[in-house]
Amino acid sequence: MDIQVNGASRTLQDGLTVTDLLQLLDIRTEQVAVELNLKILDRADFPTSILNHGDTVEILSFIGGGAESPLHPHAYINTQDSIFDYD
Amino acid sequence: MTDDRLEIAGRAFRSRLWVGTGKYKDFAETKKAIDAAGADVVTVAVRRVNITDRNTENLLDYIDPKQYTILPNTAGCYTVEDALRYARLARAAGVSDLVKLEVIGDERTLFPDTAGLIEAAKTLVKEGFIVLPYTNDDPIVAQKLVDVGCPAVMPLAAPIGSGLGIRNPYNLKIILETINVPIIVDAGVGTASDAALAMEYGADAVLMNTAIAGANNPIMMAEAMKLGIEAGRLAYKAGRIPRKLYATASTTIEGML
Repeated sequence: MDIQVNGASRTLQDGLTVTDLLQLLDIRTEQVAVELNLKILDRADFPTSILNHGDTVEILSFIGGGAESPLHPHAYINTQDSIFDYD
Repeated sequence: MTDDRLEIAGRAFRSRLWVGTGKYKDFAETKKAIDAAGADVVTVAVRRVNITDRNTENLLDYIDPKQYTILPNTAGCYTVEDALRYARLARAAGVSDLVKLEVIGDERTLFPDTAGLIEAAKTLVKEGFIVLPYTNDDPIVAQKLVDVGCPAVMPLAAPIGSGLGIRNPYNLKIILETINVPIIVDAGVGTASDAALAMEYGADAVLMNTAIAGANNPIMMAEAMKLGIEAGRLAYKAGRIPRKLYATASTTIEGML
């Protein structure tokens, strides 16, 4: 069967569960969240959630973050014509 | 200050300096900065696991959820739907029911979409989340967030990552006077005096990331922020003298020749 995992296509054998997929990907089940076809799964349901052809799986975890960083180029004050005190 | 704990939704927090974990060189530096800051509340983001390179380390291997309160955020969410999805994913990942709720309105300012924020907060509170909303320095919005069940409110000092310090001290003072839940100033501080000032005004805590992570020496700045927070808190509790236009002698003239 073919499924989408975190945005990439994967061909896997039929009948795998979410727990099997996590093991296959070498991902520890604690501190991950799994969304199967836009439905968030309870961790207790990982072993019984069987994957089917065409499924979309998202596996998420925690990364460093405070708030979003100001990546927009206009996020910085223009130093040429501003009255503000800044660097 | 051992008894000076901050309580939110029945949880007690030792430190009034809360820190983000973004923008550091690596997880080891992140951990050192958190320890130098003395923080016990640490924000994290929720993102896809890297499934192509499984050698990447896990942030929570460095920051033990048993030792720190992990506060997942919804950073990067521009719609109510996205914010709800990320909050639910964070809870499903199993560290807590806490969420630092962000519904961002605009990528240039990263100011919150306050209408969306109130709506998302209402839904998440009903689902049992402890919602700590990142909001504008707007007293009316702050009260609406309390009304929908937020046990604390987190107004910004200035735009995220800007380092501009408290841009609207008068609004912040109105929020501190009128809102009867803990107020955590979130985002925009640049240096230790900004953090101290927020605490002197009476803020209950300050949450920051860039001001520490972006400093030339993040570990040293983390310690400076810790001292700033403690100094500001003590000054607030001690009660400052009123400002007066003219001098008042502090030395008696009695006994002069």
